[in-house]
Amino acid sequence: MRVTVIDYKAGNLTSVLKTLRHLGAEPIVTDGDLALVEAAERIVLPGVGHFAATERLDSTGLTTAVRAAIARGVPFLGICVGMQWLYSGSSEAPDQPGLGHFAESCAHFSESTEKVPHVGWNSLEVRPDSRLLAGVEPGEHVYFTHSYRAPVTADTAAITHYIEPFAAAVERGNVMGVQFHPEKSSATGLKILGNFLKWEGN
Amino acid sequence: MITKRIIACLDVHDGRVVKGVQFVDLIDAGDPATQAARHAREGADEIVLLDITATHEGRQTLLDTVRRTALELFVPFCVGGGIRSADDAAQVFEAGADKISVNSAALKNPKLIDAIGRSFGAQAVVVAIDARRDPDAADPVRDAQVYVQGGRRSVGRTVVEWAREAEDRGAGEILLTSMNSDGMRTGFDCELTAAVSEAVGIPVIASGGAGTVEHFVDVFGRGKADAALAASIFHFKISSARSLKEELAKAGVPVRLPC
Repeated sequence: MRVTVIDYKAGNLTSVLKTLRHLGAEPIVTDGDLALVEAAERIVLPGVGHFAATERLDSTGLTTAVRAAIARGVPFLGICVGMQWLYSGSSEAPDQPGLGHFAESCAHFSESTEKVPHVGWNSLEVRPDSRLLAGVEPGEHVYFTHSYRAPVTADTAAITHYIEPFAAAVERGNVMGVQFHPEKSSATGLKILGNFLKWEGN
Repeated sequence: MITKRIIACLDVHDGRVVKGVQFVDLIDAGDPATQAARHAREGADEIVLLDITATHEGRQTLLDTVRRTALELFVPFCVGGGIRSADDAAQVFEAGADKISVNSAALKNPKLIDAIGRSFGAQAVVVAIDARRDPDAADPVRDAQVYVQGGRRSVGRTVVEWAREAEDRGAGEILLTSMNSDGMRTGFDCELTAAVSEAVGIPVIASGGAGTVEHFVDVFGRGKADAALAASIFHFKISSARSLKEELAKAGVPVRLPC
């Protein structure tokens, strides 16, 4: 199965690519070839690093191409900053708009005595009808590393608690995002990526 | 709830895992890729590979080792040793590392922390600090000194002050090794770990001295560590990360279980 992986030059893709290959998928990387997005069967937008780096998606035309692919019903998964990009924006880079598929914005964790970034394995409260997180049992943990987070809304597929409750996963139809790193989350992460690869439409 | 991480550390020399006491008397402890996969299977939350070869010829061996180790590893993977430039770091990331750790090169050129963080994100930069207490100092904890060259040479800076600078420059985590207790299995330096953990707002990984479950309970409690590194405790099947975590859970430490 072919998966178009979008490279916006913010951090390294190696982990995501090798994990997709491990699961039997054939990742195809694009850093601006819009035809690869237009022909995409599935799209993954990885991301570690700064929200401002998503500017490259706008300047290369990838934002417009992704918007059209999503409208056609192509399954889309954003990881970490790739999930945050699905919202209207982030206080990490206030002048850089996100895709706006979800209306809310991402923000830094609230002031606290806890360490930020939130680094490590934390648990998920999964929405029972989530297809992305199907089979994830209470008490399973996934690996996070981030300082900004999305708010809990009706589209939230899983809540994690750190300083405050935040959206660990978001899901509406064919558009999905995870704040954690499934490619680094052992068997639980492989299960979640496997669910995405098996996602067959509404 | 966020859990305390148990990190398996592999010291690697010329492509083989080795273990010594206070960085000398090295003995062979296996193939890095095999060992890393075993630790992940047995419940380690993260793998750190520290290359102690540090020769020019060793670089290519290291990259091959990283590539082979990363291939079937689905937990966070940090690589350190011999990373002197952003280009060195880029090669190690490309080979499959999720994080790199820098130590003496960052002391020589602190801007290296900023440079790697800018390209790969703060989450990818771990600053490793080798610390040694001076028993004659007025305050052995606050005055603990940063050492390089396997604990042989002091750089004339305090651990707490260097940890703060590393954070300011964009480090994502601090890996704090007590040279006094490394390999001794007599327990972590909890006072020093707590002093560093309280001085910075980023996670601190405690290293050096793991010998018993109680040592881990202690460093997560009194030592305020966010994660703890263990090497010799796992290598010879003394204990697995999973059995260690089961004991920690009984003692009330939040850990990733089942794993």
